Formats: sequence, structure tokens, C-alpha cells
Amino acid sequence: MTDTVVVAHELSRSFGKFVAVDRVSFEVGRGEIFGFLGSNGAGKTTTIRMLCGLLAPTSGRGEVLGLDVGRQPAAIKRRIGYMSQRFSLYTDLTVDENLRFWGGAYGLGGQRLAARADWAVQAADLAQRRRTLVRELPGGFRQRLALGCALLHEPPIVFLDEPTGGVDPEARRRFWDLIDALAAAGTTVFVTTHYMDEAERCHRVALMHAGRLLALDSVPSLKRLFAPGTVVEVRCSRAPAALQILEAEPAVREAALFGTVLHVVLAEADGASVVQNRLRSAGFEDVSITPIEPSLEDVFIHVIAGEAVAGDQWSVSRGQLRTVAGDQWSVAGGPAQPPSGNPSDHRAPTTDHRAGGRGR
Amino acid sequence: MRTLLVILVKELLQLRRDPKILPILFIAPVFQLLILGYAATTDIRNVELAVCDLDRSASSRQLVQRFEASSYFRVTARVDSQAGLDALLQGGVARLGLTIPAGFGADRASGRPGTVQLLADGADAMTGTAGMSYANGVLRGESGEGVRPLVELQPIVLYNPDLTSRNYMVPSVLAMIIMIMTMMLTAMAVVRESEVGTMEQLLVTPLTPTHLIIGKLIPYALVGLAEVFSTLPIVLFWFKVPLRGSLLTLLLLTLPFMLCTLGLGLLISTLSNTQQQAMMLTAFVFIMPQIYLSGFAFPIQNMPEVFQLVTYLVPLRYYVVILRGVFLKGVGVGVLWPQALALVVLGTAILALARLRFRRRLG
Repeated sequence: MTDTVVVAHELSRSFGKFVAVDRVSFEVGRGEIFGFLGSNGAGKTTTIRMLCGLLAPTSGRGEVLGLDVGRQPAAIKRRIGYMSQRFSLYTDLTVDENLRFWGGAYGLGGQRLAARADWAVQAADLAQRRRTLVRELPGGFRQRLALGCALLHEPPIVFLDEPTGGVDPEARRRFWDLIDALAAAGTTVFVTTHYMDEAERCHRVALMHAGRLLALDSVPSLKRLFAPGTVVEVRCSRAPAALQILEAEPAVREAALFGTVLHVVLAEADGASVVQNRLRSAGFEDVSITPIEPSLEDVFIHVIAGEAVAGDQWSVSRGQLRTVAGDQWSVAGGPAQPPSGNPSDHRAPTTDHRAGGRGR
Repeated sequence: MRTLLVILVKELLQLRRDPKILPILFIAPVFQLLILGYAATTDIRNVELAVCDLDRSASSRQLVQRFEASSYFRVTARVDSQAGLDALLQGGVARLGLTIPAGFGADRASGRPGTVQLLADGADAMTGTAGMSYANGVLRGESGEGVRPLVELQPIVLYNPDLTSRNYMVPSVLAMIIMIMTMMLTAMAVVRESEVGTMEQLLVTPLTPTHLIIGKLIPYALVGLAEVFSTLPIVLFWFKVPLRGSLLTLLLLTLPFMLCTLGLGLLISTLSNTQQQAMMLTAFVFIMPQIYLSGFAFPIQNMPEVFQLVTYLVPLRYYVVILRGVFLKGVGVGVLWPQALALVVLGTAILALARLRFRRRLG
């Protein structure tokens, strides 16, 4: 596999007793947009930091461009691009000054730096504003400039850690157009996100939760985790009340509140009528059930729940998946005992999660 | 080398962009110099003296006149009773009280030693004791008239003949300015990078921690030197403190001191998460104890032994000696090398410790 640029094999990192990343294995190919999807605290950033040579793995092996992440961090740093989730430009310097500094940090100078700086301002649409202080730029421009700074030395791979936090949807779309163009030109893009719509634009998506890699595949393949017809949308009044009833219903494997509607995963493809009758008999008059294409978020919930059902040390189980207000949901771990293993292994996987790409 | 230059340029650009930092850098020190140059004086002038002359003789009047003639005292009140004197001292109207008992003139006339009582306000110990010793001087003049003592003491004060406190205070203020500016700016500059998130980005570049440290220290060392040049004219031409040694010696011996203060700044940055913490740490843990323990404000030889030992770890202690040596005694590296060496050793140790913590912090 000469085209493999990243290899992680049983990669793990602990902080004291806390296992932030737990035996994660995957490979990333050249020119791929590889998405890491997971809630905050899932271990995405820790994984990226290990791959960038910022953090030594506790155990396992990681390779980036054929270099070992534990032993050759300096060589890795010269050859990769990285954009952290925190804003990484100097706001009190101008666009040009930032480009000169970050380029200089990678040892660029003279003609090459000038050419790359020209490229970066083009990509960020900042050609007219090179002498503007970065603090005066809108967020979307800053983000694209930060990406440009991370790419000045033309690295074959770039790691983006939640690059679009706090940027409006239009700016996010333009940022992703830039990512598509990069990948098309052969640059590998390793990106973490908790936006579902961003994950949908990745060639392959790894679902991470509580330090573990739960699923890894292309988006269409991930959606085929569900048998056809088993994902339905339930519309009715008093949806939160209906959710409680359906969580206790054997024909329902998972139910979650998506705004004012429920997404329900049925145990069998013909379970819709059972749900309909159950809600009718509970006094819900206006129930409508339609099969839907599962979203990545459905997949995500399904995979986390499945992990718990599989009897691992995870204490998330059906009925503990709860929706919270707005477009956030949380997995309430609670003090439930894990089905097996040492109770001290138990971690409360309380997460909050912003789901950006649902609208269907 | 070019990498260092890149960091250097960036630091200086950022410094220039900060509209608030320049006044702090170059105007605040001037104020500090002026305030300390004028206010922080231990010289005694016009001590308020209350007199209770119970004798009312020619001799007693002559004695009081002697006090009045001296520029150290100002007779602010005359009372008729000891109780009146006490009241004035209590109310702070007078710092010293002189009682001349009845019979003083008669004693003097008959050649016997006269006795007077001097009361000093110990609540203001500095003025009290100094006033006391000046008063002694006045009284010695009175008794010495016409009589030749067996042993005559002829004290000569070297380097600062008038014992002008300004001459030794003002150069020390220079030390404080350099210390505060370099230490605090370095600490803040490093902490700011972690605070806004650029430190993380710097760490994925090929820049090494050593690059980053040197890149941070050099600009602020330059700032420290700029402080010397901007405040020196005030020291020399406004306060007319003599610079008897060479300017070059002064600058040369300032470098090892800055090695310490810059290192401490870096150390502080590894101990703080926010710029606020860095500022508090700098002020209370690193600046104030240094001032107390440097011999700048209080003589080291008067401290308890344990504290005297601690002062050996205080960089300011050595630099105060260097400053006073270069300014007032006109001595050079030939005499001051032990202090310079101590600073180099201290500075190297501090920097090594800071670098260790810096690296660990990043990992």
C-alpha cells in the first residue's frame, strides 16, 4: 500500500487513569478526505495530536508518511500541515505578516514564500486585504487564511482539528470547497468535526465515541447499517411524551427526538403499524409515520447504542439516549453499572453534540 | 538563524502594534524615576522640633538658637511644661521634643556639664532616629566649644560625601525598571500565546522549544536595553547622579542581570495559565520579595541570618551592588566580577529550569 499516508495500529493514549484514546486502528490513503466524527471528549483531538507528533502514544503504533509518530515527531512536523481547533493566527498582525511568519517558521523564504503567500491570499479571497489586520477580518476569511498558513510549505497531508468552529454555514461551505480542491490535487485531508453535514462531505468517516473507534466506512456504507425501511420519522403532537412511550416499546430499537419529530429505528421493517397502534392507543391522534433515508446522526446514535448492547464496558443503553433542547443531544451515562467488567472502568459519557446536517 | 529572525520580527511587530504597551514601556519608568527620585529620600530636613525651655537663661537660648540655625530642624512650637511637649509629640505636630531643665544655665556657667532631655517620636522610626543623631551632633558642637577632646574623630564619607540618598536610590530604581519590564513582558508574551492558541500551532511547526525561548528572550532583552537608554538621561542630567564608571561597563554588567530577569519571566510563564496569573505572580512572588531582600530598601547585614542566606539567590541583590559600584565608585569589571559571575550562574540555572518546565508543559 504505497498510497497509504497514515497508519494507526492499536493507537492508545491515557492521561493518568483516563483512557482518552483506546486502541484505535485505521489507515488513510493519499488524496482522501478522512473525517473523524464524534462528540466533544470522544478522543478526536488526542488522536490528531498523536499523529502530529505533539503527544506521544501510550501504546500502539502510528505512522504518518512512513514516519513513526512516537520516535520521529520532528520529521513529521516538517512535512505535515496542521490547523488546531483554536484560532491560530496572530490577530494583531496583518495578513501578510502572518503569512511571512508562518512561512518562515517552516523555513520558507524568498521567491518560494512569495509565491505561496500569493497562493494563500488567492485561496482565502484576501488578495485585496493583505495589509489588513487579521482581527478585522470576518471569521470565514480568517479560517481560510489559517488553512492557507498551514499549507504554505505544501505538505502532502493536512490535519484539521474542528476547523470550522464558530463560522457561519456559508463560510463553512466555502471552506469545504477549498478542502475538496485540495484533495482533488492529491493532498490528504484528515479532518475532525462534529458537524454532520461536514462529515457527509468526507470520503470516509470514522465514528469515535469515548476514545473508541466504533465504525469506519464511506457515508453510504455507514447508512446501510440499517435494514431498508427500518428508519422512520414519526410526526405527532407532544413528541417528547411519545418518545417516552416508544422507548419502552419492544418493536422500537432506538428513538430520538430531532427537533419536533422523532427518528425511530424499528426492530423489523414492518414495525411501523405496531408503532402507529401503540401511539394511537396511548391517545396520540395525529400520528404520521414515513420511512426516511437515515442521516449520519441516526447512524451515530445507532452505533453508540449498539456498542452498549454488545455488552462492552459502556453503560450507554437504550433508553439512556436522550434528546435535549434545540439541535443538541446528549448521551446520559448515568450511574448504571456496566454489563460486565470492573465498575471502576465506568466513565460517564456525558457529551453534548451539535448536529448540523439533519434537514431532511 | 533565519528562523530566529522570523520570530524576532514577529515579536517586535506585535510589540509595536500594542497601543498600550509603549506608554507603559517608556513613560511609566520616567514617572517611577521622578517619584522615587524625589520622594524616596531618607535625608533629614526640617524635622519639627518642640522646645520646652524651663531655664530661660542666656545659655538655654543659645542652645535653642543652635538648633534653629541648623537646616535639619525647624522649631515649630515652644511650650512651658513637659506635659505640653508630650501633647505635641502625641499629635504628631513635633517629631522631636527638647526639654531644657531649670538650672541648665547655672551649671554651664559654673563649668559643670549641662543636662537636657530629647524626646523622639519612635512611631516614625526613620525620622526619629535620624533626628536624634543630628541633634546629638548639634549638642556635641555646643559642648565641644573651647574644649579639645582627647581623641578627635575625623569621619570621611567616600563616594557620596553628602550621603545624598538620591545618589544611591535613583540607580536602584533603574534596576527595578529593568527587572519589572523584562520579567513581566516575557511572562505575558509567552502566556498570551498559550491563551490565544497560537502556541499549539507553533508546536507543530519545525520550530524547537529552544528557538521559541530564544526568540522570546532577545526582543525583551532589547526592550530592557532600551529602558536603560531612555531612563539614563533622567538619572544623569535631571537628578545629576554621577556616573563615575563607564557606560559600557554599565551595559555589559546589565546583560547578566537581564539573563536572570528574562529567565524568571519565562519561568513565570510556565507557572501561569492566564496573563492575569502571570501578572500577579510577577508582582507578588518575584518582584516584591526581590526588592525587600536585595539590600535596595533594607540593609542585608541587619537581616536575620536565614534571610541573609536567601538574599544570595536574589539577582537584584547583585545588580544593586553593580549599579552603585559603577555609578558612585567608578569601579569596573575588575572589581565587580564576583557579582557578574553570580548573576551568570543564577541566570543560567533559572533559564535551565524554565526551559525544562517549558518543554514539559508542551509535552
